[in-house]
This record gives sequence, C-alpha cells and structure tokens, in this order.
Amino acid sequence: MSIDAATAMNRFGLGAGPTQAAPGNPRNWLLDQLQGHDANPKALSGQPSTEELALVYRSFQKQAKAFRMAKKNGTAGDQMEQAVQQKKLARKGLQHSYISAANARLASALVTPTPFAERLTHFWSNHFAVSVDKPLIITFAGNYEFAAIRPRIMGKFSDLLISAVTHPAMLIYLDQAQSIGPDSVIGSRINARRKRQFGLNENLAREIMELHTLGVRAGFDQSDVTELARALTGWTVAGLGRGAFSKKLAERAGYGSTLFVDGLHQPGARTIMGKRYVADGQAQARAILQDIAVHPATAKHIATKLARHFVADNPPPSLVAKLEKNFLRTSGDLPSLYRTLVEAPEAWPDKWDAATAKFKSPWDWLVSSLRALNVTEIPGKGNVVGSLRQLGQPMWRPESPAGFADTSQNWAGGAALLRRYEIGSRIARLTAGRIDARKLAPAILPGVVGPNTIESIARAANPVQGLSLLLLSPEFLRR
Amino acid sequence: MLDRRKFVAASLSGAALASFVPAAAWGAADTEKRFVFLIQRGAADGLATLAPTGDPDFLRARGGMATEALAGNKLDSFFTLHANMPEAAKLFAQRQASFVHAVASGYRERSHFDGQNILESGGNRPYARKDGWMNRLLTLLPEGRTKAIAVAPSVPLALRGAVPVSSYEQSRLAAPKEDLMRRVEMLYAEDPQLATLWEDAIRTDMMAGKPKGPQRGGAAAGKMAAGLMRGGDGARVLMLESAGWDTHSAQRGRLGGRLKQLDAFIAALHTELGAHWKNTLLIVATEFGRTVAFNGTQGTDHGTASAAMMFGGGLNRPGKVRADWPGLAAPRLLDGRDLAPTARFEDMVAGALAHHYRLERARVRRTLFPDFT
Repeated sequence: MSIDAATAMNRFGLGAGPTQAAPGNPRNWLLDQLQGHDANPKALSGQPSTEELALVYRSFQKQAKAFRMAKKNGTAGDQMEQAVQQKKLARKGLQHSYISAANARLASALVTPTPFAERLTHFWSNHFAVSVDKPLIITFAGNYEFAAIRPRIMGKFSDLLISAVTHPAMLIYLDQAQSIGPDSVIGSRINARRKRQFGLNENLAREIMELHTLGVRAGFDQSDVTELARALTGWTVAGLGRGAFSKKLAERAGYGSTLFVDGLHQPGARTIMGKRYVADGQAQARAILQDIAVHPATAKHIATKLARHFVADNPPPSLVAKLEKNFLRTSGDLPSLYRTLVEAPEAWPDKWDAATAKFKSPWDWLVSSLRALNVTEIPGKGNVVGSLRQLGQPMWRPESPAGFADTSQNWAGGAALLRRYEIGSRIARLTAGRIDARKLAPAILPGVVGPNTIESIARAANPVQGLSLLLLSPEFLRR
Repeated sequence: MLDRRKFVAASLSGAALASFVPAAAWGAADTEKRFVFLIQRGAADGLATLAPTGDPDFLRARGGMATEALAGNKLDSFFTLHANMPEAAKLFAQRQASFVHAVASGYRERSHFDGQNILESGGNRPYARKDGWMNRLLTLLPEGRTKAIAVAPSVPLALRGAVPVSSYEQSRLAAPKEDLMRRVEMLYAEDPQLATLWEDAIRTDMMAGKPKGPQRGGAAAGKMAAGLMRGGDGARVLMLESAGWDTHSAQRGRLGGRLKQLDAFIAALHTELGAHWKNTLLIVATEFGRTVAFNGTQGTDHGTASAAMMFGGGLNRPGKVRADWPGLAAPRLLDGRDLAPTARFEDMVAGALAHHYRLERARVRRTLFPDFT
C-alpha cells in the first residue's frame, strides 16, 4: 500500500482527523493549497493590530513607571497598594495579548482547509524567529507572525525577508530599534552632548546574514556584518523607547510602528562582500537585502532548511540540489520552491521507516493530536501556552534567534516523551469514548500504522486508553 | 494502587521485562566523585562577571560600568567578582573555587551556534564531531556504573555519544497511571529508540521525586541538581544549561539578574550536596566572551575570550584566579575589539578533571579532546 496519503496529511500537513477523507491525489492536494492559502482566516480575524498592541504595551510601560516612582518616593499604604495592583493589571494585559494570539494560532491550525500552507507559515515564523523572552515581544509575537510572515509566504523570499526584519517585533528583538549611526545627524549630536556613547548594535545584521539568509560560514566576515549594521541604522520603532525623542517619533508615525529616520542613518557608501552600495537612505539597506536574498549561499541555506523540515534530518543531497537550483533560477520565488519540493520523488518514501521519519516537534505533536481526536480545546484549565511549555517548546519562545531546532535529537528525549504521555492521556479523556482508536489508527495513518501498535490499541482496557496509546505510538510520534 | 516508585521496582524484577537493562547494572555508582557542567549559552561577558579592576585600561574602556564593578567582591589585587555573586566569593575565600580568565576554546569566529558546538563537542571545527567531551569522559569512568543525566528535555551535544545517558526535566503534572505505563512499554517493543527513552524517563523521574516548593530560579535548580546526584543510584555526571547571556543591549540589569541566579544555584548546590561537596567538581563556562567596549545600546557584542569558573571541595590550586592577562589596551585586543585568549578551555577542563578523578592528564586530554593538538 502506498503511504503517499499519510505523507501528505501528516508530514506536509498538520495531521489527519477522524472526519477527513484521505486525499485521492496527494500531490495535487498539496499543490492546490498553494493557491488556497488564506492570509487572513477567520480564526485570526479578531486579533488586534500592531498599533493596538503598542498601546497595550504603552499602558504597561506607564504603570511600571508609576510603580517605580511610587517606590522611589517611599509611597506607602493604599497608594502603594494601588500602584502594585495597577502594574499587575497592566502585566496581565501583556500576557493576555500573548495567550490570545497563541490560541488564535492554534485555532487556525485546527480548522484550516490548507494545512500544508499553514505549516509553511509556522516554518517561516520559526526561520525568522523572535522570542517572548523580551517583554516587548510578549505583545508582538503573534502579530509578527500574522502580519509580517503569513501574508508573504507565497511571494518572493526577498519580500518575506524584508517584511520580517522590518517588523517592530524583529527590530526590537534583535536590538535594531536602538541602533544609531555614530556619525548620523542625531548620533553625533547626542554623543557630543553626553558622556555615554550611543551607536551601532550589530545584532540584527549578524543574524540576518548568519541565520536568515546566507548561513553561518558562508563567505561573509566581521566587516560585512558591521557594514550591514551601518546600512540598517535608521530603521527603528516609534514611541517604545524612553525619552523625548522617542515620543516625537510616535507623534509622527504612531506608537509601535516601524519607521526609517534619516537622522539616525549612518551616512556614506557601504561595501558588503566586495560590492559597493552608494548612500541612498533607506533604499541602501533594501538594496543589500535584495542582493543577499538571492545569493547562492542563501539558496543553499534555505533549500537545506526546507528539505530538512519536510523530508529528513539529513536530507538527500539530490533534493537539496533541486531546491537550490530552483531558488536560484526563480530568484527565490517561494511557490515554485514549494512545487519543486512536492514534485520531488525524494519527498515521498515508499514505506514508513522509524529511522528516517521526522520526530514531531511538541507543537506538531500537540496540533496533530488535537486534530486526530477532533478536539478543539486544551484539556483542563490549561491553554496552548501552558501545554507547549510543559512539552518543551514554549510558544514563540526559542532560546535563541536561530529558532527551535528541526531535528529528531532535539525533541526525542526521555523527559519530553513523558510529558507527551501525560498530556496525550488528558486529550484522550476529553473525547469521552466517542472515537474508536481501532478505526482511527488506520484512517489517520494509512499504510503506516504497524501490527504492534494495532495490537496494543486493540488490547487497551477502554476506548480512552486506546486513544492515549495511539497518540504515543511510534507511528504517531513521527511524521 | 501501586505508586510509580514501586511500579518500576516491580517491573524491573519481572521476567516479562527481560529486554530491560538488568537490575545489577543499576547498582550503586562505583565512584563517589561527582562532576557538574553548567553551560552558559549565549556568550557570557567574562569582563563584567570577573572584572579586571586592577587594569587601568579596563576603566578606560568601560567607564561607568567599570567603576561600578569596583563595588563587587574583591578577590585579589587585580580581579573583582560581580556584586551579585557573594556566595561564589565566599566559596573562593574558603578555597573552594578557582577562576580562569582570558580563556576560550579554539573557536575564533563569533557565531553562537558554532561556538557552542565546539565548546560541547570538544572538536576543532563546527559540526565535525557528533559526540561530546562529557560523553567521552564517561568512557574513562567505571563502566555502566557512572550514571550521567542532562537536565534538559533531550540530551545536549556535550553529553551525546556512545555511552548511554538520560535526560530529565521536572514536571508539574500528575503522575500517570502505572497500567498505562506498562502498556506503553509494550507499544515500544519494536522501537529500540523509544523503548530506551521511555525506560530511562520513568527511572529518572522516579529518582528525582516529586518537586516541592519553588521550581524556578537558581536555588531551585541547585536543589534539584543535588537531588539527582544524591544516593547510591544517583547521577555522578550532570549537565545543566543556562540561557539569557546574550546581552546585546541593556546589559547591566540583564546580566546582573543572570549572575544572581547563578550565584543562588552554586550556593544551593553547595548546601544541598552536604558531605558530597568534597567529592564534587562544578565547571561553569560559556562559548565565547563579549566585546571589551560597550556598543551603542548599553550592551556588548560577540567577542572571544571570557572567564570560566570552577567550584568544589577538592580543587587543584583553589582560591586563585588563573590568568595570563593579555591587557586591554587597544593594540592588545584581538581584532581590535575582543579580550585576547591566553588560556584554552580544553586545557582547563582536562586539567581539572584529571585532578578530580586522579587520572593521567595526558590521557584525559587525548580522550576528551582528540582533535586538540
């Protein structure tokens, strides 16, 4: 029996469900989704805009400041209590926007008619990772994915790149919002007046080259990083910093919006990897990013990551070469790249093999478990944020700008398995025996589920236990 | 109903589970020696942690930040430990700590991922080795009796390799029912990878016991680590990870917070290990250091050499900061920006472990760092 339907639903998609019929033509089912992708699905329609979220953050900033002042002035009694409560409330506001966005992401993943496209959004969101490790990102992480990534995944890679790195979340996460050209109009004025030196921060520049585009050890050096950092100065976020200048920017552009401030931009031409870019304000960084986005090293880096995500931890070199070639030929046209992937024979194994299948990340496993059992809520009083933290992949919170790793050894751990077992049992209990695991297993894992799993499920003491075992089975833990 | 502890004990003696590791291999660890490695992921700033306050160029390069460093814990005429690390300073005064400065692995670029890969693999090129130096250390210790645990959802590179190791993470969820646990074992009967992970997870979970009290922060981590290493069947080699050291902006507060937690971890480990402390070696190290000068956003960017710390009751040359100080004057800096390395991480680790386990230094070095010549 061909396992193509299982591959399409589980490896390319987000997991099959009890009511979904296996696609008759798995390849076409995937390719059709490239047109069917919805940038603004209903599940995300209630999400606040960047500007609204900036106001939530601003209110937190204000309360935090009021609290600091109260503490400094030795305020006591009811007044101090009030300041504490206000700050707590504002902090809750931040947390609420984060959880609400996480719930919306999950809701969309559970009901989407185009799970392959949905997976691509998740893939790119992780490729251009931000982390809620920074308080400001708590408010913006969801908006970043919904507004900067999701609408761009069916266009050119260069547009996706520029959209991602100029969103306020990325500018703040990788410190670009505070980077100032030391010889810019504003930079030299501040530095002449104060003792403290203001200037460049090379964090975003380095990660663009190393993580987002060319890849590490790909022919650029420290001077290229510094040059890109200089070119990027000027890009900042209005109103979220302290001080009068930041307020002035907010009056001009609205709190929390990205803007390019000429007065912060380091003047002069830049040279990156041997190519000279004339002084051209914000167009200078754009020109550099456009070139880097279609560089052969970028093609190779993106081809490898995509193949690793969809095919194997160590993807076949022939597949990577095909993707690389397509990326170069089309100057990074993403739908062509996805089409090349779907049409490559390397992406379609003849039979299921535990050793080469992808071990699901906690997010993948949680989403596919809920989809498999047609459950639309997180069990108990929990939410998706809490569950993913337990499972070891806190939502939008990778430990570094590289995002979450995409290989089995990162997720297949003893402790991680125990967490899946605990949460899987809870999800199974929610179905209250409405679903028969013996029928579900071959329906969602056609051609994949093996005799040992079938037998273990058949011997289960009750229907809920049968489902718990299915979610923990070797075939379901992998995709 | 059986509780989990009893369940596993029962299943291990059961003939039905003959495929499991025999219980004898699970006996008391032969060695009383304990080794803990804590990796600071993200490049911790050694110059702020262990400040060279005796170097006038430090004051010149870091201005107000350097003046602030003077308020820390003075260790000798040259170095001052960060003010948020009073417990570490106390151990230093009691000759139960030693620090190494201007230390780095052989890696000279500035990528976190490559830097950590080299620090953990012990290789000389990023991604050239698939196993880590901690796993190779296990090959020098009593076979099958030196349990190693990584406190992480899955095993980090430093501990990966030929010798089996476990991973452990605390859960706040309720314990699963033992009947289902046994069924999961059956489910994995034909999947060696999952069978091993599962067996291991149950055993380790049991050993640590259910957490009480606060579970976050350095003190809780120190207590948990000590718990994992206590007792006859406890771990003897442990790895922990710590994140949040990549201080590109607003370094003062962020680094201060991290160091406070690190100090609490060290103090809790010391207290909780009690009599075992004399047999314990803790090494704290990071992939590389940070720029000498502050950047434009009150932070520091990726640099080269940093500081490493060692703690324990039986250190070689304790109570000293070891540094062949390269100086911080502009011409002495690596690439005009970084603290130049004068000591190798590999040498430091090999020396400390050889002393700790009473092994021949050259053999330790050769085994742990075979590519390091």
